[in-house]
Amino acid sequence: MVTHENGGGHGQHQPPSGFIRKYVFSVDHKVIGIQYLTLALFSVFLGMGLSLLMRLHLAWPTTHWFFFKGGLMTPEQYLALVTMHGTIMIFMVLTTAPQSGFGNYFLPIQIGAADMAFPVINMLSFWTTFVSLMVMVAAFFVAGGAPLGGWTSYPPLSALGEITGPGQGAGETLWIVGLAIFCAASLMGALNFITTLIDLRARGMTLGRLPLTCWTWLVTAILGLLAFGVLLAACILLLLDRIAGTSFFIPGGLVVTDQVITWHKGGSPLLWQHLFWFFGHPEVYIAILPGMGVTSHLLSTFSRKPVFGYRAMVGAVCGIGFLGFCVWGHHMFVSGMSPYSAFAFSILTMTIGVPSAIKTFNWLGTLWGGKIQFNSAMLFALGFVSLFVSGGLSGLFLAQPSLDLYLHDTYFVIAHFHLIMGVAAIFGMFAGAYFWFPKMFGRFLNEGVGKVHFWLTFVGVYCIFMPMHFLGLAGHPRRYFDASAVTFLQKLQPVHVFITIGAIVTISAQLLFLFNVIWSLLAGKEAKEENPWHATTLEWSIPSPPPHDNFGGVEPVVYHGPYEFSVPGAADDFIPQHLAPNLVRKA
Amino acid sequence: MTVLTVYYFMAKVYWFPAPINDIGHEIDAQFMRTLLITGIVFVAAQLGLAYAIFKFRDRGQKAASFEGNNTMEIVWTLATIVLFVGLGLYARNAWAQVHFMGAQPGALQIEVTGQQFVWNFRYAGPDGKFGREKPELVSASTGNPVGLDPTDPASKDDVVSPVIVVPAGREVELIIRSQDVTHSFFVRELRLKQDAVPGMEIHMHFTATEPGDYEIVCSQLCGLGHYRMHSILTVMSETDFQKWMRDQEAANQ
Repeated sequence: MVTHENGGGHGQHQPPSGFIRKYVFSVDHKVIGIQYLTLALFSVFLGMGLSLLMRLHLAWPTTHWFFFKGGLMTPEQYLALVTMHGTIMIFMVLTTAPQSGFGNYFLPIQIGAADMAFPVINMLSFWTTFVSLMVMVAAFFVAGGAPLGGWTSYPPLSALGEITGPGQGAGETLWIVGLAIFCAASLMGALNFITTLIDLRARGMTLGRLPLTCWTWLVTAILGLLAFGVLLAACILLLLDRIAGTSFFIPGGLVVTDQVITWHKGGSPLLWQHLFWFFGHPEVYIAILPGMGVTSHLLSTFSRKPVFGYRAMVGAVCGIGFLGFCVWGHHMFVSGMSPYSAFAFSILTMTIGVPSAIKTFNWLGTLWGGKIQFNSAMLFALGFVSLFVSGGLSGLFLAQPSLDLYLHDTYFVIAHFHLIMGVAAIFGMFAGAYFWFPKMFGRFLNEGVGKVHFWLTFVGVYCIFMPMHFLGLAGHPRRYFDASAVTFLQKLQPVHVFITIGAIVTISAQLLFLFNVIWSLLAGKEAKEENPWHATTLEWSIPSPPPHDNFGGVEPVVYHGPYEFSVPGAADDFIPQHLAPNLVRKA
Repeated sequence: MTVLTVYYFMAKVYWFPAPINDIGHEIDAQFMRTLLITGIVFVAAQLGLAYAIFKFRDRGQKAASFEGNNTMEIVWTLATIVLFVGLGLYARNAWAQVHFMGAQPGALQIEVTGQQFVWNFRYAGPDGKFGREKPELVSASTGNPVGLDPTDPASKDDVVSPVIVVPAGREVELIIRSQDVTHSFFVRELRLKQDAVPGMEIHMHFTATEPGDYEIVCSQLCGLGHYRMHSILTVMSETDFQKWMRDQEAANQ
């Protein structure tokens, strides 16, 4: 609870005047938040574009497209798209937007701070992320193109260089370097979030009064701090295997296309899988937890009711965060790992269903008896709950090793993780975007366009990912360029066509969102009042957009819990956190 | 949406093929148990959500004010623990049978080798012994894809085949390995999938009962030819198998 007047160098109340200091190399958490969101917006359209190319090819593999050399896609191009779609979406969208984007902008304001604890490190972590994106995208433009090893990049495929395939030379090296840079950026961000939340809370903002958004940003930051360090180490080891002749992941006696690999021996491919998934599973929660926070926040705000079971919600978030580190082995049931540890990982994974179910029950409890208002933000939050249930339940199949043996690396897995960590997380971001846009830019996003956007996206994503479960049940392996070599895949072709049509519609609907953002920035309805949604948390106590140091140099004081809606005896159906008890109007 | 999903799961339009071994039936039964539980939860949760949204839509009413209910929290926490963890523990049966125990002595041993982008299967031949293999002798172009060492007498009678043929009703033990990158051996009808990891020899066993041809695919990304890394598992009667084996050995001389 540092007071900002004497809290050090960033206690200034005058914004920097030069363009570069103000908008490019800014240390203001709000500008950095918007920079992160812009980076994520660029990346999400890039990632969607890559997936559209894959879908077009999968549905109509023999059709000639003008954008491919010779009209047809090659297998290595397809796998490069697979790798880069996954990498860009997971790291540059799902990791940056909910946490570094919205979290950067709103965490300090919601706890009543003037900025993050380390504004310069904050700036550094954004620009490091930017460099990482540039390095990764550069992989498309080097000889051999982007790597074809998938976002998991298993060695030895990723460790032996060009000999294992095009893209595995310079492209793979750039990919690993880019990822390592991203890890460094995320570590800095995570430290900053944790410190800010612990140290810079305003007077009265006890842990029990933290909005659930802040709780999820805190737990996500802790996960990031523990997980990205491991991935950074793994990336460095893999890089050493490639360029320094070490053998962390490469066993002896390998023969690649009749060429004997004599200079490597003694490594283990499974070591990479353990390290990667020790990071990779918490990463799922890094992507989804902030979405859960936003959803809880909005369900309460727009049903005008307190969050049902606030303490249970906090407990569930912490439980998911903790268990997230105990289950990485469920990605490795077919890897050759001991069957006994597979069984242990399986039970731990089933246990994660428990806090997830607690959250779902509490969301329903929050809605129950409420006065539900259907604006775009709320629709996306409700969509999140639906997708979370659908994507979560398929996890119960994959968590059982005997069932996973069949479903592993099939489209069933693609359906599962896209619904839960892809689309659900993105619904959380959309909900946040429609909710906070007026605070960030002083103008509303257009509600009509927003609702059309919601319905097209909601129906669209179910049309894309539900049928993928059936492809998985039919045994369709992932990352297959086409069905030509396998008889049982050929009769599944109509499903691919259906999914691709769904994808075209859904992706087109995202152009509506882009249009909405640009149009609303310029000419959207102005958000004149500070608190148009009648919400309770601190960001709604200051002007839109907020001034340079958020609270005008005055530290706010917090008197209430985060979700005091429809309190009996009060005149209004909401009590803002900063409102002194004697100012609360009686009914 | 919910209705449509349930229909497709019930109608089994796209479904897995019938299993050809006992463990396959066990796994399918566990799948159906899981489907039943998740199906009920899915329908209840989605319809519950839809009902709450519809019933409590803003019609000018005053929202209720309650902040939670500890009894309910405890009840649904315990209920989900019993349901989910119980399901997980129950799944042990199907898992333990294959993976906690090795093959019986006397099972037919076949070595499975993955390489970009083909499968090779090696039988020990009449002497029952696998001969020595050397990486530097591997040469797909000269017909020695697994690198058999001709100086080892035990390797003389080894049979190497691009397809795998097994007798119905007899236990088969696979020794799965890879020469270059990680592959994965997947036969839908056996309900078995196992990564072939360089540097490791992974044992797996099954007893197929239904004669027929079944497709083997690679299900771990192994490079640009991943999608066409394909072979056939043929299950035939014991007598047909013996004949096939003799033909292979004769061709080997």
